[in-house]
Amino acid sequence: MSDHYVRNVIEASLLAADKPLSLNEIAELFHEDGCPEKGRLLWTLESLALEYEDRGIELRETASGWRIQIRQSYAREVSRLWPERPQKYSRALLETLALIAYRQPITRAEIESVRGVAVNPNIVKTLMEREWIRVVGHRDVPGHPELLGTTRSFLDYFGLRNIDELPPLAEIKQMVDLNPQLTLPVVDATDPDAVVVAVEASGGDGQT
Amino acid sequence: MATPELKLGHLSGETEDPPTGPAQGEITIALVQGEPVTQLPRDLYIPPQALEVFLEAFEGPLDLLLYLIRRQNLDILDIPLAEITKQYMNYIELMRELQLELAGEYMLMAATLAELKSRMLLPRSGDIVVDEVDPRANLVRRLQEYERFKQAAEGIDRLPRQERDTWAASAASEIRRPLSTIPQVALKEMILTFREVVSRAAMFQHHYVQRERLSVRARMADVLSAIEGGVFVNFKMLFKAEEGRMGVTVTFVAILELMREGLIEIVQTEAYGPLHVRAGQRPYLRLVEGEIGDFSTVGVSMAEVSTEKGS
Repeated sequence: MSDHYVRNVIEASLLAADKPLSLNEIAELFHEDGCPEKGRLLWTLESLALEYEDRGIELRETASGWRIQIRQSYAREVSRLWPERPQKYSRALLETLALIAYRQPITRAEIESVRGVAVNPNIVKTLMEREWIRVVGHRDVPGHPELLGTTRSFLDYFGLRNIDELPPLAEIKQMVDLNPQLTLPVVDATDPDAVVVAVEASGGDGQT
Repeated sequence: MATPELKLGHLSGETEDPPTGPAQGEITIALVQGEPVTQLPRDLYIPPQALEVFLEAFEGPLDLLLYLIRRQNLDILDIPLAEITKQYMNYIELMRELQLELAGEYMLMAATLAELKSRMLLPRSGDIVVDEVDPRANLVRRLQEYERFKQAAEGIDRLPRQERDTWAASAASEIRRPLSTIPQVALKEMILTFREVVSRAAMFQHHYVQRERLSVRARMADVLSAIEGGVFVNFKMLFKAEEGRMGVTVTFVAILELMREGLIEIVQTEAYGPLHVRAGQRPYLRLVEGEIGDFSTVGVSMAEVSTEKGS
């Protein structure tokens, strides 16, 4: 089986498949003729990617496997093929998605506590319908809230191989250099219950 | 997706006091060529919607607070609480004036700020030195955490994305033979198969006069699928002569019912010309179970009558 043949089979199949192909799926294409080694397939895929280097298309690996796609640098021109603008997602949706992606599995309540606002059920619905998130389980606490996580389609859609390829989260700076005049005993600020109670008690004053 | 920068001039405390500040009690609302302006020009018109759009752009109290902090280049670790609280309350007041429905979260934050502010004013007890925590610590942590994910959301938005920055490439292939996938059965196919079964059953009509299974409901779906995609279909083509008088009657009743529902339109271009059927032009899909169910019983009984006549 010549390299040339293996390369062309892979290329043709990736273009015909309409979805990313995993290494296993590619291997199965050869099963009648004796499957090439996985290493050889990988090598062929990588050299194919190199061949495409100065072309309008590129070969990329995402979560579900390999796919041939349009090179991003030509997106502006290619998108003129379609009159409608690509969908823009709201900040609320992206923030919710970011929390689910980076903090999965996560409950709605946990999303709310970071964002400081209630989770819009339509956003969760949209994300579910796009098949970017799914219910991965239930937390074993009263009410058994759903735990949300991202899906493989989410990774595919954003061209990621795994969740670690997401852009890194910013570091949290620590409050080290405190103004001594502003300090107070621990008990007030660190006990969340105390704060909540105090907040509720002073709620009326806060509005004036 | 940066929050739009908009100076809300008539709010106190948001503009820098010029070196030669205005007299006590007067509020600088803007600086025009270095001169403080303390009164709104009479002809100044800010469309209320503009402010609403601006205020609605905030994703909650944390977002609003972050905006206030970042806009003034304040250190998030050392927020001037009194100042920020004042500004925050001004925004809240403005939102109320504009009668924006304020989420409870905004009020909760207002209360939190007021509480923290009052606690900052309390004299520090001199003897406690160890384990002292800034009352702002909890708020700062929340702000930082929120800001992280706000940035992370922007990061996700910047990732090259299918259908915006890239598209899966594909080439047409003549061969379409899935390996071992379970084929999806569309409702349309089921209906079509059903129709075949029905028409085959119709051949045995003279043997089984009684239990013919043509339902108006199925036929309605049949007709709808025949005109799917807005095409015009010849009225006559909807009838299958081999189904006999009964099949024709059921189809006709189904068409009448669909017309009554407004789901289809019958069009005739000229007098005595051929009739054409197409999908109704108003949004629909109101196939209410009960209604059609009732009707289908009527339809079947009519069909039975006609079959009896026919045989």
